[in-house]
Amino acid sequence: MRYPWLRLAIFLLGCLFPAWWLYEAAMNLLGPDPGKILVDRLGLGALIFLLITLSMTPLQRLTGWSGWIVVRRQLGLWCFAYIVLHMTAYMVFILGLDWGQLGVELRKRPYIIVGVLGFIGLLALAVTSNRYSQRRLGARWKKLHKLVYLILGLGLLHFLWIVRSDLKEWAIYASIGAALLALRIPAVWRRVPRLMGGRGRVV
Amino acid sequence: MLIKIPRSSDCQASEITPESLYLSRRDVLGASLAGIAVGALPGLASAGESSRYADVAPGAPPQWFSDKLGAARWQAVTVKDEAITPFKDATHYNNFYEFGTDKGDPAANAGSLKTEPWSLVVDGEVAKPGRYALEDFVRPYQLEERIYRLRCVEAWSMVIPWLGFTLADVLKQVQPTSKARYLRFETLHDPKVMPGQRSSFALIDWPYVEGLRLDEAMNPLAILAVGMYGRELPNQNGAPLRLVVPWKYGFKSIKSIVRISLVAEQPKTTWESLAPTEYGFYANVNPNVDHPRWTQTRERRLPSGLFSPNVRDTLMFNGYGDEVASLYSGLDLRKNY
Repeated sequence: MRYPWLRLAIFLLGCLFPAWWLYEAAMNLLGPDPGKILVDRLGLGALIFLLITLSMTPLQRLTGWSGWIVVRRQLGLWCFAYIVLHMTAYMVFILGLDWGQLGVELRKRPYIIVGVLGFIGLLALAVTSNRYSQRRLGARWKKLHKLVYLILGLGLLHFLWIVRSDLKEWAIYASIGAALLALRIPAVWRRVPRLMGGRGRVV
Repeated sequence: MLIKIPRSSDCQASEITPESLYLSRRDVLGASLAGIAVGALPGLASAGESSRYADVAPGAPPQWFSDKLGAARWQAVTVKDEAITPFKDATHYNNFYEFGTDKGDPAANAGSLKTEPWSLVVDGEVAKPGRYALEDFVRPYQLEERIYRLRCVEAWSMVIPWLGFTLADVLKQVQPTSKARYLRFETLHDPKVMPGQRSSFALIDWPYVEGLRLDEAMNPLAILAVGMYGRELPNQNGAPLRLVVPWKYGFKSIKSIVRISLVAEQPKTTWESLAPTEYGFYANVNPNVDHPRWTQTRERRLPSGLFSPNVRDTLMFNGYGDEVASLYSGLDLRKNY
């Protein structure tokens, strides 16, 4: 396994945030409504992991270092893990485990529907993220994993529909996401410079 | 128990049900509760007023407030079987977008608000319009403590002991003319001290505006508050003067008021203008009418801990139906949300 320490560091980082938030909640540092705060932080955390995941390929192109690609899968799985926790926290703290109400929300709220669609997409990517699936799916694997661009769009829409009056935070994440998507346009991609010389560099 | 409220069309000051009469109904109940409370606190009479509630940060009250506090009627209105929200939570979990959109922003940023001197304009369809220094405006009224549930449109709720006086008493003083049908309230607009008003991403068109129908304002539950937890209002809670209408979602209870206008037309209120499909003029607490983006059937009564979530059913009119339901007889509350 290449870059074991980098992988371990990212794994610990992914664990660290939810553990820290739980500690804060237990110590009453999150105020009177910690459940809502956890739901929000986990959702935002998942979006941030998704944006980081999507910046690995451009970074690899820019720097020529292969370490970026090595951790890409783990970062994507962290995005999925945070979304699972986000939905669990929503179910427990917002809906009070009222499953009937969940049915109502799934039918009536566009932002919930969009969020669930994004989750289904992430689920598909997570279960096919292993080497076995890559081999089985062959060329279709790459096509399937282009779903991630759609998932980012769904996630940003879900986020936009929660905004009540101040668009600043959303605008920051949306513009980063838009920039990362724009990089995928072939005409743009060809212009991304290989700053560090790339693969062919002679040491 | 049904309280008849006069319609807006015949709302003459002389016809207002005397407040003492209305309140005495509760006194039987309230007095027994107050008796228990006083009994539990033997040193109450001599204790500083801010020690009525646990862990209340002492304020720096203006002279007029301290002067009035001595004559306050404590526990004039109470809630049955409900715990009062801790002071820390009520003052550090706030929506006051003028100071930022995060719940902690108002507590962090509202220190810059200067509440003394404060002047208030009363204008529009009134016999006695004018600009008042706050201490002159509040002079005629006796402070009353009213413990009310507060239900936010975001589905969380608290129980808060306010100090204030009824809006009906104020209206009696300023004398609405026969053309007056609505009240329009306005919050301070001062981008220098209110960072939220400087944000170029804010969708709100400042200043913040709220409104009530005249008969709603006459309802004895509607108060203007100047204090809470036995002290003056902290800035983040809407110092020095705010509205409290407990049967409506919290955003109706406008903070840091600088202007009250009596008007003939229904005023354009802030949230209604921003998102008319989500926030109506009435904004009565109603578990049967969802916010388009979330359900209103339940609420998180704060504090709602991670290991002890406190989710409960939301009550029609936030539990004040006996007092206010008659205001809306004949009104389709699904359309007039």
